[in-house]
Amino acid sequence: MNIPAELKYTKDHEWVKIDGDIATVGITDFAQSELGDIVYVEVETVDETLDKEEVFGTVEAVKTVSDLFQPLSGEIVEFNEALEDAPENVNSDPYGSGWMVKIKFSDASEVDGLLSADDYKALIGA
Amino acid sequence: MKNTALTQTHEALGAKMVPFAGYNMPVSYEGINVEHETVRKAVGVFDVSHMGEFLIEGPKALDLIQKVSSNDASKLTLGKAQYSCLPNETGGIVDDLIVYRIKEETYLLVVNASNIDKDWAHISKYNEEIGATMRNISDEFSLLAIQGPKAVEAMQSLTSVDLASIKFYNFVVGDFAGIDNVIISATGYTGSGGFEIYCKNSEVQQVWDKVFEAGAAYDIKPIGLAARDTLRLEMGYCLYGNDIDDSTSPFEAGLGWITKFTKDFVNSEALAKIKAHAPERKLIGFELDERGIPRQGYDIVDGQGKTIGVVTSGTMSPSLGKGIGLGYVPSVFAEAGSKIHIQIRKNAVPATIVKPPFYKG
Repeated sequence: MNIPAELKYTKDHEWVKIDGDIATVGITDFAQSELGDIVYVEVETVDETLDKEEVFGTVEAVKTVSDLFQPLSGEIVEFNEALEDAPENVNSDPYGSGWMVKIKFSDASEVDGLLSADDYKALIGA
Repeated sequence: MKNTALTQTHEALGAKMVPFAGYNMPVSYEGINVEHETVRKAVGVFDVSHMGEFLIEGPKALDLIQKVSSNDASKLTLGKAQYSCLPNETGGIVDDLIVYRIKEETYLLVVNASNIDKDWAHISKYNEEIGATMRNISDEFSLLAIQGPKAVEAMQSLTSVDLASIKFYNFVVGDFAGIDNVIISATGYTGSGGFEIYCKNSEVQQVWDKVFEAGAAYDIKPIGLAARDTLRLEMGYCLYGNDIDDSTSPFEAGLGWITKFTKDFVNSEALAKIKAHAPERKLIGFELDERGIPRQGYDIVDGQGKTIGVVTSGTMSPSLGKGIGLGYVPSVFAEAGSKIHIQIRKNAVPATIVKPPFYKG
């Protein structure tokens, strides 16, 4: 199971990469392998400002649909539109071309509440 | 939770296992899309040993089957199988099943795993007056579905039976993979051709191993229940518990073709009246006109956003690359070509009613 040490994580199996006041968000290698073949990523919240833990989109595998939760409060400034034609990138490259949104986060203190790679490993028993 | 005789084999292959109808079953191995395509283009093998099997025997066997099932089992000659359903007393369906005539007075009923106990009780109730011999052999028998356009060619070396000569919904009891008295049935739930193989639990590991040896040159793969569902849905085949249940009539569900009033059966008088009037609602197939994936339980809405029905099965079709589903709508909306909408979260996504199969080979 690939859990890059430099990323932050959530209990909802998302990863967060902090770069200044922008957080890039996707789902973890564990999450994509549990979901199986991903066929659709729907994000209709670009330009919206959402609180932490609000639903910003959904990821659909052939058999299941899962909500995507804001890891941090803030504005969704970008959706990875390449996923509209290539949702399978979430399976093949969850931490790279499978990224989902960029959030301009509004409360830097929330970053401290995210999980470290070690915390996340413990969560999933990896 | 029960295991099949092949559970350890599935786990060793790295299958993702899930509880299904009380059994620990493989839902996928390599990935749904790869498995789906394998069955559509080559050959794949499903362990569906969770399915239930009842033997009905003796001089009263046909009487019992005719009483509890909707199709006309008197038409079955030796070596033929028939799709049928068990009507309940209130207009609905206890289960759908396949009836095989194995010997002159021996029939095999193959029922859904989730309904084994319910079906047994239902049939037993009607057998009190009829007195056929009934045996529930579900725990002793395994079932492998070997499905796909290459199935005949890939499996021919395993048997002296001429596989190509077995017509759809016919079967042969013969040798297979070094085992005698195996039922080789030209049936399946995928729409891509192939066989279902019934053998004893003690024999199924040998059959599985030989099937994979013989199929290696054809890129045979194990297939999980998830792809079984997408394959059947692309054909518009009903799944009990989703598209048909205790409250749906065979006529609403498009199963009039297996409901034969050539004989008396459970609730047949009432069903004949239902048939005489067009049903108020019908099970329809639909394809989404735009991006999205319909799911069981989503509302079907009209152009004004008013709920007119419900999705009973839905998925992204791996073969078509679009959302497909089945659902019930009032008969006035049920015409092929009609426009409906599927409420997917906040959006009413336009869809068109089509007559299944969605996948036309």
